[in-house]
Amino acid sequence: MRKDQNLGEYLRTQGVSRRGFLKFCSATASLMALPPSAVAQVAEALASARRPSVIWLSFQECTGCTESLTRSHAPTVESLIFDAISLDYHHTLQVASGEGAEEARHAAMEENDGEYLLVVDGSIPLGNPGYSTIAGISNLDMLKDTAKGAAAVIAVGTCAAFGGIPQAFPNPTGAVSVSDIITDKPIINVSGCPPIPVVITGVLAHFLTFGTIPELDHLGRPTAFFGQTIHDRCYRRPFYERGQFAHTFDDEGARKGWCLYELGCKGPTSYNACATVKWNEGTSFPIGSGHGCLGCSEPGFWDHGSFYKPISAGLWGSKETLLGAAAAGAALGIGSAMAARARKNKAIKESEADSS
Amino acid sequence: MTLLDFARGPALQWSLIILVTGIIWRIVGALLLSSRKDLSVARRKSGLNDGLGAIATRSLPAHTFEKRIRFQHVTGYAWHLALFVTVLFFGPHILFFESLLGFSWPALPNGIVLFSAAVALAILIALLIRRANHPVQKLISNADDYISVILCILPLLTGILAFAHIGGRYETLLAIHLLSIEALFIWFPFGKLMHSAMTFPARFQAGTSFGRKGIKA
Ligand code: SF4
Ligand code: SF4
Repeated sequence: MRKDQNLGEYLRTQGVSRRGFLKFCSATASLMALPPSAVAQVAEALASARRPSVIWLSFQECTGCTESLTRSHAPTVESLIFDAISLDYHHTLQVASGEGAEEARHAAMEENDGEYLLVVDGSIPLGNPGYSTIAGISNLDMLKDTAKGAAAVIAVGTCAAFGGIPQAFPNPTGAVSVSDIITDKPIINVSGCPPIPVVITGVLAHFLTFGTIPELDHLGRPTAFFGQTIHDRCYRRPFYERGQFAHTFDDEGARKGWCLYELGCKGPTSYNACATVKWNEGTSFPIGSGHGCLGCSEPGFWDHGSFYKPISAGLWGSKETLLGAAAAGAALGIGSAMAARARKNKAIKESEADSS
Repeated sequence: MTLLDFARGPALQWSLIILVTGIIWRIVGALLLSSRKDLSVARRKSGLNDGLGAIATRSLPAHTFEKRIRFQHVTGYAWHLALFVTVLFFGPHILFFESLLGFSWPALPNGIVLFSAAVALAILIALLIRRANHPVQKLISNADDYISVILCILPLLTGILAFAHIGGRYETLLAIHLLSIEALFIWFPFGKLMHSAMTFPARFQAGTSFGRKGIKA
C-alpha cells in the first residue's frame, strides 16, 4: 500500500468489493456493539482513513500473538486492514535487522510524534535488564522510550496486558505488564493467549474510525469484546443450568455435549469473545471441541490452580495439615479438661476445708 | 492474588484449620469433663438402649407442648432437611468436597437443589424475624444466636446469587459465597452451631443418666 493511498483505495486495489467492505464494516460495528446506524459512519471513516504508523514491540513472548494475528486465515478484510496500517517496526516481521531496524523505529517515532500507535506483545522483565534485550536495549528502556511519543498503547496478549505466562509463579524474571510501567498514556489491553485476531482489528478499526480508544472495562479491555464471560454466551449453558455435567472427557455426558464445569472449565470467570466470535474464521472454540476454557484472557490465569480443577473446588486441601489440626485440637481439649479438673478439685478441697 | 484465589486458597486453609482444631478441642474437652462419682445405688442398669432411646424420643415432636411449638418443630425439620440437600447434593458443592475428601457422590438436579436452598433461606429469615420479635424468644436469645443464624443465612443467600449470576460478576459472587462459608467455619466451633456435633451425644448422655435413676427419658 502506498503511503498516499487511503484505506478504501487500497482495499479496492486488493480486489475487495464495496459490498465486501460494507459487510466487514457492519460486522465490526456489531462486534463493537455500535448501533446499525453507525455502519455508514464506520465505512466512511475507514475508507478515508490514512495509514496510521504502528510500532510493534515484542518483549518476553512466544510470538503466538503475532502468529494469531498474521496467520489467522486467508486474506480477509480483517487481515487487509491489518496490512493497511503502516507497520513501521516489528522485529519478527520486518526485513531490516540490527541497526537498520532500530533506525526505522526512530524514524517512525520522529515522523509521527504524538500520533503513532504502539503495540506491545510480551511482558517486561524487571529482575535484570539483561533477561531480554533488543539491539542491546533492555525491554524496559525501549518501552519507555517508544511510549513517550505514542498516541495510545495497545497491549496485545495476556503477557503484555497482565504479565501472562512469564509472570507465572515464581516469576523468575520479575515480569510485569505494560500498564505497570506506562501510566501516562491510554492503554488498551487486548488480552488472550493468544488474543482473537478480529479483536485486535476491531480495536484498530475503532481507532481509525473515531480516533479514540473504545470503552474499556476495569482491566483496560474493550468492553465490546470483553464485556461478557465465555459462560454468558456458551452454547452449553443450558446443561450448566440443569446441572448436567460431563465427568470425564469421554463419558456419556461428554459425548452428549454437556457442560464442562466439572472438568475445570473457567468460562464463568473468563471475559472474552471466543463463544461468539470463535476461532479460525468462526469455525469453533475450545468448548466447541470438548475442552473447557482455560481463562487465558484473565490476569494470573496460569496460577489459578490446575486447568482441570473445577472453579468451585478449593485450591488448598492438605489432609496432613487437617490431621495436624485435629491433633492440636485434641491436645487443647485434653489441656483444657485437665485445667478444668484441677480448678474443680481445688474448689472441692476449699469447700471441704471451709465446712470442716 | 484475586479475591477468588484468596477465598479458594489461604482463607479456605485457615478457616478449615480453625474449624477442625476447634471442633476436636471442644469435643475432647467435653468428653474428658469430670463428673463427681455418683454414690447413690442405681435403680437399674442403664445402657445403650437408654441413650439411643433418648436420642429418638427427643428428636420426635410428640410431647406435652406440641401444639404451642409446632411451628418450630416443622420449620426446624424442614430447614435442616433443605440445608442438607443444598449443601450435600449440589454438583459444584460435591466438587468442593471431592477436592478435600478425595471421593464424591451423585448430585441432585439443580432445580431441586435451588428449591431447597430457597426454602432453607426463607425459613431461616422467618425464624430470625420471629426470634427478634417473639417476647419469650427475644429474652432467651443472645448474640451467639443471632451471629449463628446470620452466618447460616449468608452462605445460602450468596450461593443463590452466585448460582443465578445476580448482583455482580460470577468470580466476585463466588468469592463472597466462599468467604461467607469460611466465616461460618471459623465461628462454628465457638458458638451454638456446635450443637450439630454435641446434640446427639448430649441426648445419649442424658438418656443413660436418667436410666440409672429409673426415669424414662
Ligand atoms: S462449558 Fe464452561 S462456559 Fe460453557 S456453560 Fe459449562 S462452565 Fe460455562
Ligand atoms: S476459550 Fe478461554 S482459554 Fe480459550 S482462548 Fe477463549 S478465553 Fe482463552
